[in-house]
Amino acid sequence: MEQSPLAVYQAHLDKGELAYQYSPQAGKAVFYPRVICSYTGSANLEWRVSAGLGTVYATTVTHPAQGDPYNIVLIDMDEGFRLMSRVEDMPPEAVRIGMRVRFRVHRPGGDEPPYPVFVPEEVSF
Amino acid sequence: MNGLQRAGAAIVGAAESHLGHVAEGLNPIDLMAQGIHRALDDCGLSLRDVDGLLCATTQSRTSGLSLSEYLGISPAFVDTTILGGSSFMFHVAHAVAAIQLGMCRVAVIAYGSTQRSVGRRQASVREINPFETPYRPFLPSSAYALAASRHMHQYGTKREQMAAVAVAAREWALMNPVAWEKKPLTIPEVLSARMVSYPFTVRDICLVTDGGGAIVMTAPDHARSLKKAPVYVLGCGQAITHANISSMPDLTVTGALASGRQAYAMAGLGPDDIDVLELYDAFTINTILFLEDLGFCPKGEGGRFVENGRIAPGGSLPVNTNGGGLSYCHPGMYGLFLLIEAVRQLRQECGPRQVPCETALAHGNGGVLSSQATVILGTEATV
Repeated sequence: MEQSPLAVYQAHLDKGELAYQYSPQAGKAVFYPRVICSYTGSANLEWRVSAGLGTVYATTVTHPAQGDPYNIVLIDMDEGFRLMSRVEDMPPEAVRIGMRVRFRVHRPGGDEPPYPVFVPEEVSF
Repeated sequence: MNGLQRAGAAIVGAAESHLGHVAEGLNPIDLMAQGIHRALDDCGLSLRDVDGLLCATTQSRTSGLSLSEYLGISPAFVDTTILGGSSFMFHVAHAVAAIQLGMCRVAVIAYGSTQRSVGRRQASVREINPFETPYRPFLPSSAYALAASRHMHQYGTKREQMAAVAVAAREWALMNPVAWEKKPLTIPEVLSARMVSYPFTVRDICLVTDGGGAIVMTAPDHARSLKKAPVYVLGCGQAITHANISSMPDLTVTGALASGRQAYAMAGLGPDDIDVLELYDAFTINTILFLEDLGFCPKGEGGRFVENGRIAPGGSLPVNTNGGGLSYCHPGMYGLFLLIEAVRQLRQECGPRQVPCETALAHGNGGVLSSQATVILGTEATV
């Protein structure tokens, strides 16, 4: 193995992409990235890049002892995987289950690697 | 089928160590040893009789070694399975198996924690998860809050209903002399307390205390010759569904569904046959989820089920009669205390909070709704 699943995932994020694995045997998306497929036990996992659209599955607003409250969500991506994240560009308590959201890469800088966050998806009529 | 024999072993001794905020310098192994000493005294056995040792704590990497050294014993059977707060329910099943197979004759299951004294950060070191840590979840609260948000969304569960769980626990705690909380609590007080992770205020969340304890188990023939009436292990079940909340398949359905079914099947009993429930209430939503998944009300009805004092003293279903993790004690891995209270209820030792019972169900939860383990206990009449 030349690169760990985590390194591949983070290299995609460096390029502004949200990558996930796909199990051809199971016909399912796999997330978080791993060495062995949790559906089949196979090592055969393909990398794919998400289109970046998902739906809020669960949400909470955490109130730290110091500092402003912030949002934590679980997002169900259209490709069939779920991840923890944060919805930005709106008040944390206004995030609702069922809301459509779009991926954006967040680059915290310093030694911290980029990670995925989400913003509300503009609804077109 | 889990291969365990119904009533193949019995709990014969049960005791807490010091609880609450213990003396400075006491460590988790001290509390385990104190619990074992008291639990052995409870059944009239001594350390020389103990040949099975099961224990778990977040504060010792090799607690089986530390506790054996401390007690000066070399147990024939050792098990330090650690799967969060439900670990001790897993231990009960393992002890039944070990006793059934002749791997040991007298097993003790012990726990100790000084998380209040040393601080949660030191008592339970958080692991870095690159897929969760960047979002700064306040764990475990934020994970359970996510589950609560989903239950509220899908089933219309209200914060007032979750608060009713905390109020019921407090009413029970007021009848338990060793409970941490000593003052009454109302639903408005729960709702208006400091918000931690919406929808949970600090009153929806378990206590942070020190504490420990132990139970003693042996074979039925041996159990009947000891000081007190044996409490038989009628059923055991377990299920692991995930480790991290982002990998939980459905946030409204826990592994208690599977662990409960296994335990009922082994016991030959169903929810209607259970007289008293001890459910792992690290958060108010837990009690609601477990009442549903263990079959005491339909899925989604848990919020309405706990309204109007149904699980409080005087209600139709006694739940968490010691005051629970919400109001009695919660040193981090609370499961052992559920077993201790179930044993005491079945022995009719609970004074003002005693409920009529021949069967009890103790349900443990670990991680972030990750590991679920159910133990059904019964008196001689149920064997």
